[in-house]
Amino acid sequence: MSNEAGFSQRAFNEQLKRYYWLYTGGFAAFVIILAIAEQLGLGRRTIGLAFLLGTIGLYAMIGILSRTMQVAEYYVAGRRVPAFFNGMATASDWMSAASFIAMAGTLYLLGYDGLAFIMGWTGGYVLVAVFLAPYLRKFGQFTVSDFLGARYGNVARSIGIASTILVGFVYVIAQIYGVGLITSRFTGLPFGIGVFVGLSGILLCSFLGGMRAVTWTQVAQYIILIIAYLIPVIWLGIKHTGIPIPQIAYGPAMQRIAEMEKKILADPGELEVRKIFKDRADAAVTALKDPDKAYAEGKTGLEKRVADLKAAKAPADQVNAAEKTLADYPPDVAAAVKKWTADRGLAGRAAPPRLHSEAFPGKDEKARDLARRNFLGIVFCMMLGTAALPHILMRYYTTPSVREARKSVFWSLFFICLLYFSAPVLAILVKLDVYSNLVGIAHADIPAWFLAWRAVDPALLSIVDANKDGIVQLAEMSIGGDLIVLMAPEMAGLPYVVSGLVAAGGLAAALSTADGLLLTISNALGHDLYYKMIDPNASTLRRLWVARTLLLGVAVFAAWVTSYKPGDILFLVGAAFSLALSAFFPALVVGIFWKRANKYGAVAGMLGGLGVCVYYMLTTYPWLRAVFNITAPVADYTWFGMAPISAGVFGFPVGMSLMIIVSLLTPAPDQETQELVEHVRYPALAGDIDTRGA
Amino acid sequence: MIKLTEKHHEYWRKNLIVTAILMAVWFFVTYVPSWFARGLNEITFFGWPVAFYMAAQGALIFYLAIIWYYGHYMNKLDAKYDVREAEED
Repeated sequence: MSNEAGFSQRAFNEQLKRYYWLYTGGFAAFVIILAIAEQLGLGRRTIGLAFLLGTIGLYAMIGILSRTMQVAEYYVAGRRVPAFFNGMATASDWMSAASFIAMAGTLYLLGYDGLAFIMGWTGGYVLVAVFLAPYLRKFGQFTVSDFLGARYGNVARSIGIASTILVGFVYVIAQIYGVGLITSRFTGLPFGIGVFVGLSGILLCSFLGGMRAVTWTQVAQYIILIIAYLIPVIWLGIKHTGIPIPQIAYGPAMQRIAEMEKKILADPGELEVRKIFKDRADAAVTALKDPDKAYAEGKTGLEKRVADLKAAKAPADQVNAAEKTLADYPPDVAAAVKKWTADRGLAGRAAPPRLHSEAFPGKDEKARDLARRNFLGIVFCMMLGTAALPHILMRYYTTPSVREARKSVFWSLFFICLLYFSAPVLAILVKLDVYSNLVGIAHADIPAWFLAWRAVDPALLSIVDANKDGIVQLAEMSIGGDLIVLMAPEMAGLPYVVSGLVAAGGLAAALSTADGLLLTISNALGHDLYYKMIDPNASTLRRLWVARTLLLGVAVFAAWVTSYKPGDILFLVGAAFSLALSAFFPALVVGIFWKRANKYGAVAGMLGGLGVCVYYMLTTYPWLRAVFNITAPVADYTWFGMAPISAGVFGFPVGMSLMIIVSLLTPAPDQETQELVEHVRYPALAGDIDTRGA
Repeated sequence: MIKLTEKHHEYWRKNLIVTAILMAVWFFVTYVPSWFARGLNEITFFGWPVAFYMAAQGALIFYLAIIWYYGHYMNKLDAKYDVREAEED
């Protein structure tokens, strides 16, 4: 990875392959040693800690080895990352904790409807390939705002900088949160310290080497995350389908799930449990209408029952049971309200289970139509958002040529698909396991590893014998989505070392994305704002140290914000996509394909699109509504029933139309700008201008 | 000063055509099975409900194929129309 004179791309590729094979072998040896140590009695916490510190140490080492003092190395890894390796780096840049941990869980819980994310997060690469990557590579500077600035001028560049920071920040908070969560779950360290350990890993990777270090650690992180994801899938595949590649043949497994679902829907025990939950939820709703009265009545009722039983000289166990119920009664109204609010939520568990392959379930045609509209809305926003996220687009600046950039998009999607093909299978195999090996067994026989998750985080798992028949009914369990990936190794009967490996994989996914995002944010400030707009004469040394100082500052600030645990993580990630597509997609794509587009149109389109998107989120997302104190009913603000996560479906058309209309009403761009457009359209031209950054 | 010849314009037109065709395929495999998902999931294909298969794997295979084909086609077109970059190595 050094920069000798007489650099040869081919020799470099060979060298890279050698390094990464060695690395993979070394990592496998590390896992095997830990596996042997586990058999010899090494504790779980130590294994978790070994994986955490071992992998972060590896990344930090790569980061330090890749340190650089050259601008082009710091911003675009010297533009010699081969298509294949850039594909791997993009894949891990792209796949965050949401892909690694949450996606299989979403698919487990939602069935078909969860596939909106699978399609949305892959189909966007088609847009990257045909609309953006080759043209941005030909343009060949450092950031997305660089292109906006060259094409539309400094006002558009400033909006680009602001949008990059907004989008990146919303997204990076979700990643740092994921880092803290995984670290604290597998090592028992407190959340805050988990965030701090993860953050130091991120900084060691990117601080000295910028894009160069981030690129080579992302490749290393991809290797770990894909191994960690596939091992449990392969094992569960052998267990339930008899083949080690269940991805190609899980159709029959789906049929078995459909049969089990039919049985569960009609099972008397299940019906009984659902009715118990429904009654409790209904009672809670009634009680919450007048809590004071309900509290007093409930208490007198219980006291009366104890007195009655005593008066009637009932058997002692009945009296004891009634007395215990009375003792468990909430001590005051506030505690009772808390309990009723929780009980009200049981209505969800009273509903029959979702059928895995039913698309857009709903009680009537209207509800189903709404579900379909939102499904398509998510697909649309995730796709266009993918093609507008600055930290992804930036990766295509790092390839040696336009040709390699085109190939590199293919490799990116290829490596992403290795995981995305597996997530739906994992969800189905885990569901099959739960339905066949947990539902219907005695409560006393529930495996210990399963119950252990309840101790880790009660939100992940709750299981109660609601109808007191000693048998596990599906309705008695509530499994959090995040648990699906985390518990898969133990479900497959693999040793704990594989669970540690999965945690390391989740950590790699979160760290690699956080790396890419923090670098993007700090480059927006250090390169776009400081160098391009404030001090264009700054020396190389000064530029690099400004960039590094900003990186440190942004990272610490993001960790500080994360420690407040703001909002819902899935919403944050989704919001980043909608915001990115509204701000960037029209300006970038139209700028390449339509010469007539000018700066007025671009500025109007970006501001208009982003404005509509932000407005829709502010007025429809509960957490933001509370912050901005909006009390009018949410239905007043909802357009066509779309969820706030899909706000981009409104931001995009507004941005696009404003861009076209305003461009046509104002003068055409000058000769120089038109030449820039010609320049990016052809990989090589006679008499070509040079826009490459230095 | 960039001088574009008729050959350059033809290159760009061909690029636009292939882009439009591939986008039509992209649109079709993404949105049509999703729109009709309720009905299509009643039909099975090697055990998979059809819309489920399309969203979980089928569309993804098409996406990979589209991107591969575009890269292959354009890299050849570059050479044919003499706009190919100089070899770096």
